[in-house]
Amino acid sequence: MQAFLDIFDIYLLEAVINGILLGGVLALLALGLNLIFGVIDVTWICYAELVMIGMYAMYFLVQYYGISYFLAAPLTILLVALLGAALHYLVIAPLLTAPPINQLLATGGVLFVLQSFATVAFGIDFRNLGIRLPVLAFGDMNFSYARLLSFLAALVGMVAVYLFMTRTFTGTAIRAISQDRQIMALMGVDTKRIYLITSAIGGGLAGLAACLLVLQYDVHPFVGLSFGPITFLICVLGGLGNFIGGFIAAFVFAEIISLGGLFSDLEWGYVLAFAFFIVMMFVRPAGLLARRR
Amino acid sequence: MMGRGRLAAWGIGLAALVALPFVYRDPYHLHIMVLILIWSFAYTSWSMMGRFGLVSLGHGGFMGIGAYVTALLWNHLGWSPWIGIPVSMAAAGALALIVGYPCFRFRITGHYFVLVTLALSGIVLQVITATRDYTGGSLGYTPNRAAGNKLWSLQFDDKITWYLIALGVWLFGIVLWHWVDRSMARYALEAISEDEDAAAAAGVDVTAEKLKITLLSALMTALAGALYCQYQMFITPDTVSGIAVSLQMVFAAIVGGLFVSLGPTFGAIITIMLAETLRIGFGTKAVGWDNLVYGVLLVLFIIFLPKGILGSLLDRLKPQRKVPRAHEQEAVQIARPGT
Repeated sequence: MQAFLDIFDIYLLEAVINGILLGGVLALLALGLNLIFGVIDVTWICYAELVMIGMYAMYFLVQYYGISYFLAAPLTILLVALLGAALHYLVIAPLLTAPPINQLLATGGVLFVLQSFATVAFGIDFRNLGIRLPVLAFGDMNFSYARLLSFLAALVGMVAVYLFMTRTFTGTAIRAISQDRQIMALMGVDTKRIYLITSAIGGGLAGLAACLLVLQYDVHPFVGLSFGPITFLICVLGGLGNFIGGFIAAFVFAEIISLGGLFSDLEWGYVLAFAFFIVMMFVRPAGLLARRR
Repeated sequence: MMGRGRLAAWGIGLAALVALPFVYRDPYHLHIMVLILIWSFAYTSWSMMGRFGLVSLGHGGFMGIGAYVTALLWNHLGWSPWIGIPVSMAAAGALALIVGYPCFRFRITGHYFVLVTLALSGIVLQVITATRDYTGGSLGYTPNRAAGNKLWSLQFDDKITWYLIALGVWLFGIVLWHWVDRSMARYALEAISEDEDAAAAAGVDVTAEKLKITLLSALMTALAGALYCQYQMFITPDTVSGIAVSLQMVFAAIVGGLFVSLGPTFGAIITIMLAETLRIGFGTKAVGWDNLVYGVLLVLFIIFLPKGILGSLLDRLKPQRKVPRAHEQEAVQIARPGT
C-alpha cells in the first residue's frame, strides 16, 4: 500500500509540474488575445490559426531552408506580427463601428481562410521539426526539455511585453486607449497607428507561441482547433482584457487538463476543463478577478 | 399579412418541389437536393436564434447529440429512431436549458455568450471522441442496417422517399419560422435584442423569452442531426458536431440572409453547390478550396453585405419597405456608410 502511494504521488507531482509548464505557453497565448481585446475590443477567433501559420513557417524555415532554429524564430515572429497587422488592416479596420458580433464572425471567416489555405498549400500531413530535445530526469520524474524551454521563453516574452507596456511612450498610449477610446483620440494619439501596433504585438506573441509549440507538437492545418478554444476560454475565465486574470486562468486550466489527463484520457481532461469553464461562468460571469460592483 | 399572390407563389413552388422527383430521377441530383434540404433545415434552426442577436456557436453540439444519441440508441438498445429521435431531441433540449438558463439569468450576452456556447460545442465534440469505445471516436459511426421493416428502422434505400421526408421537415422549419415571425415572442425578442433593460422594464420576461427560442432552436437542430444520420448512415464527430459545423451554420445563414425566411435555405444552396462544383471540377485537388472560398466570402459578406444575398435582393426589390429595426439599421449602415 505504501509503495502504491509513493508511485501515485510521484505521478501526481509530475502531472502538476507538467501542468505548470503547459500553463506558461497557454498564458502567452492568452496574453496576446487579451491585449487585442483590451485595446481594440475585438475577439480574434482565428488567433490559434495565426499560431498554426507560424508553426508552418518554422517548419519550412528550419527543414527546407536549413536555417538554424534560433535564427528562424525571430523571422517567424516578424512574419506573424505582419500577418496580425494585415488582419487588422484588411478585416477589422473596416468593421470597427460594426456590431461586435460581426467582427467576431469576420475573424471566424479568416479562421476558415487560414485553415484551408494551409490545407491547400501544405497538405494535411502531420509534419514536425525533427528536433528531439532530451528528456530531463529528476528523481523518478521525467520532464521534456522542450516544455521547460517553452515555459521559460513564454515567461521572458510576457515580461518583455510588460516592460514595453509600462516603460515606453507607445506602451503607455496603448494602455491609455484601453481605458478610453474616444478621449485618447482627442489627446492627440493616432488611434489607427496604435491599433496597428497592438495587432502587430498580438501577432508577434502568436509567433512566439508558434516557435515554442512547434518543439512539442506536430504541425497540421487543424492544429489550431486543438488549443484555440482553450485559449478563448482562458481569456473569458480571466475576464476578457484582464491580463492578470488571464495569467492565473491559464495555469488553472493547464492544471485541470494535466491532472484530468492523469486519471483518464487526455480528452477527459479537456471535457473537465470545458465543464469547469461553464460552471465558472455562472459563478463569476465577468471573470475570475472581476471587481464586485 | 401574406398577400394572396405570395401564397399562390408558395403553393405553386411547393407543388413543383413535390412533383420533381417523380419527373426527374437522377440519383446524384436528388442526393444533392436532400442534403440541401436537411442542411437548410439546420441553418433555419440556427437563424431562429441568430436573427435576434443570440449568436450561438453551440449548435454543432446540439446537432451532434441529435445524430449520435439516435444512432447509439438504435445500435446498442435496438430502439427505433421513431423513439430515438424524440429522445435525442429531448437530450439536446435539456442541455440547451441547462446552459441557457444561467446564461440568460446572469445576463451573459455578446462575446461572452458566443464563447460559452463555443465551450458547449467543444464539450460535445470531446465527449464523442473520448467515449470512443461506444461512438467509434473520430473514425466515425455507422447505424446497423435493419433486417426487417424499413419504416420501423427509418432506413430507406430510394432517394425519392428521403427527398419527400427532407422536403416535409424543411417545410415544417419554414412554417415554424413564420409562426415565430408572426407571434408576440418576436416583438419581445426584438425588444430584448435592442435593449435588455428597457425590454424588462416594459414587462418582457427576458429570461423566459430567450429560453423559449433557444429551446425551439436546439430541438430543431437535433432533429436535423438525427435526420442527417439516418440519411447518410455514417457520421463522424467532425461532420455533425464541433466548432467547424457551428461556424458553417453561421456562415450559411449570413450569406443567405438572416432576416428573411428563405435566407438560410438560400445559403445552404449556395454553400453546397459551391462545394460540389469544386469537388467535381477539381477532384481530390479541391480539398480545402471550398472552405477557402467560404472564408473569403464570409469576410466579404460581413464587411459589405451583412444582410445576406437574399435579404439585400429583397430590399432592392421593395425600396419602400417598413422602417428597418434598429439592429438591421446598424447592419445597413455598415453596408452603405452615410445613409
